Amino acid sequence: MPVSKKYIKQIQDRAKKALNKTALYGEDIDLNQFQKHIERGKIESLELLPELAKEAALMAGVDVEEKERSGSYVQMDHSVVYKRLSKLYEGKVELMSTNEAVEVYDWLEDYFWRIVQPDTDKYTAQVALNPTHGYFIRILPGQKLDYPLQTCLMIAEGYISQNVHNIVIVEEGAELHIITGCTLSKADAVGIHLGISEFYVKKGGKLFFTMIHNWAENFYVRPRTSVMVEEDGVYVNNYALLKPVKSIQSFPTVYLKGDRASARFNTVIYGLKDSYIDLGSKIIFEGKDTKGESLARTIADHKSVIYSRGDLIAKTQNYCMGRLDCRGIIFSNDASIYAIPQLISHGADRADLSHEASIGPISEEQVEYLMSRGMTKDEATSLITSGFLNLDIPFLPEIIDKHIKEVVQITSKESL
Amino acid sequence: MIQTLKTDGGVKMGEMLKVKNLHVSVEGRKVLEDINFSMDYGEIAVLFGPNGAGKTTFIMTLMGFPKYKIEKGKIIFKGVDVTHMDVSERAKLGMGISFQRPPVVRGVSLKKLLNIVGNGIKEEEILQYAEKLNLISHLDRDVNDGFSGGEVKRAELLQLLMQKPELVFIDEPESGVDLENIVLIGEITNQLLGRGQRIKDPKKSAIIITHTGYILDYINADKGYILLNGKLQCRGNPRDILSEIKKNGYRRCFTCQ
Repeated sequence: MPVSKKYIKQIQDRAKKALNKTALYGEDIDLNQFQKHIERGKIESLELLPELAKEAALMAGVDVEEKERSGSYVQMDHSVVYKRLSKLYEGKVELMSTNEAVEVYDWLEDYFWRIVQPDTDKYTAQVALNPTHGYFIRILPGQKLDYPLQTCLMIAEGYISQNVHNIVIVEEGAELHIITGCTLSKADAVGIHLGISEFYVKKGGKLFFTMIHNWAENFYVRPRTSVMVEEDGVYVNNYALLKPVKSIQSFPTVYLKGDRASARFNTVIYGLKDSYIDLGSKIIFEGKDTKGESLARTIADHKSVIYSRGDLIAKTQNYCMGRLDCRGIIFSNDASIYAIPQLISHGADRADLSHEASIGPISEEQVEYLMSRGMTKDEATSLITSGFLNLDIPFLPEIIDKHIKEVVQITSKESL
Repeated sequence: MIQTLKTDGGVKMGEMLKVKNLHVSVEGRKVLEDINFSMDYGEIAVLFGPNGAGKTTFIMTLMGFPKYKIEKGKIIFKGVDVTHMDVSERAKLGMGISFQRPPVVRGVSLKKLLNIVGNGIKEEEILQYAEKLNLISHLDRDVNDGFSGGEVKRAELLQLLMQKPELVFIDEPESGVDLENIVLIGEITNQLLGRGQRIKDPKKSAIIITHTGYILDYINADKGYILLNGKLQCRGNPRDILSEIKKNGYRRCFTCQ
């Protein structure tokens, strides 16, 4: 049974009223310039992706051989081009397009547009009115897969607006790793990626979500994400942006609703060229003994502008603990970083919230220390920079790790 | 016998390091004045002196740290004038240093650093040395992050064992180290300097700064020097110097000027 028409209409009605509503942060984008609709044919294997697409997928952490992946979901422009789930996990996990899920599960109404509101701004409205898939993943109670599931949202053509809506449900006691690569295979394309993500981690469940963004100079990105974590649930969000982007703005929110629920954000941002980057994390403490941490490492080079936001909002009358750690390095006189940590307590008289924010240069003492071991100044600076960005993100694909090193090597050399 | 130092002439055969008429300032303040110093290949020199005399400044200048500004004079290492070379070039030429308080390098594991410093060194060798220095569990930790005094010293030695310098500067190897660790540090320093079990090991040179002199129980030092108020005062048998300092402090050195 599909989601009721009545509910869909309610969503659409709300969205229509918000079609011109500007967002709280980030420059306002005229969505009328992205009118193209492009459908793509299915492929039998990721190895059969066109060369440029394959490269773009790799750069966003996609394992095209799928050796260490339990399953894959790949979308190109407005079509789902590839979907595979290892036979081992059939009946344990579901993987399909959200458009498809809306058609088959009436109960999806409880998860669809519930923690992200369709009338938040013009971007949520656009996705609500013109959805172009996105993934639906649900892992059944108590299940655990050997390898992560991977999803890839790719754009291969200019002047399109990719409007995806992703829903992930981790049922009670289940554990899931997802690696998502959002990527552009046409480097000069002007376009926009709009992504609504609603994730639900039920009692005792664990969700490890790693997202790698691989964009380019003319591309806009506006993700809208909310995560609901029930008691004893764990949510870990890893995010890396190491390529230029025209502008990106996102401020994912995690609701630690259940007692002892916890969340952690690990964010690595490297601002290049004229990138305008406004990214943050918001953790809302509602249950007792909830715990949240947010770590961000940002480097601003060239003429990039980075806003690194972090909100910890305590609403429980019981104990909760939150920590923000946000550090930045500026590599260029033309770049800017705004580190904006915020601690908010709404009558939460037992909440323990703290933050540490810093912007500073690479320590000369460290550079000289490494030079005394025989490294050149370049080598020492690269090593310290990649150490600075190293948040020990588990399951971060090797290629990304390598990519971080390359970016660091090139840019730290330029900055000396 | 302790003798007062006199200025020497050019570089002699067998001379590894020669410091001529060296004047050094730190942040605009004169610290070292007219230092003349030389040592041979395979020699171990010990540097004594009260706090603030300029001992650390001396070895940091030899290693080439930019904070230590050479106002006048020359440093010749292995016949090469290194006065204007940077730290990295001097390290490549064969100098190495054990820091007293090295910085933490976040996000870089000790193991990773050892691999880079060892430049192609075998994993087994790293593990072997790490085990000897009780640092196996520190290999995956960030360099110097939360290391105790003794752990810092051992980690410094471990890095130097990978780097294999021909001339090593060691700043107070015994400070902040308990007795048990001093034995170990003494043993490994000997090994680092090619004074291990094998006679055929090539002998390395070292300048060691010590306050307590404990390290002399483990290392067979050739010469001792006293640095006072930025000047190199005397040279002699390190044990003689140590017993003199133990008996009379540095008082007699001042009168000796």
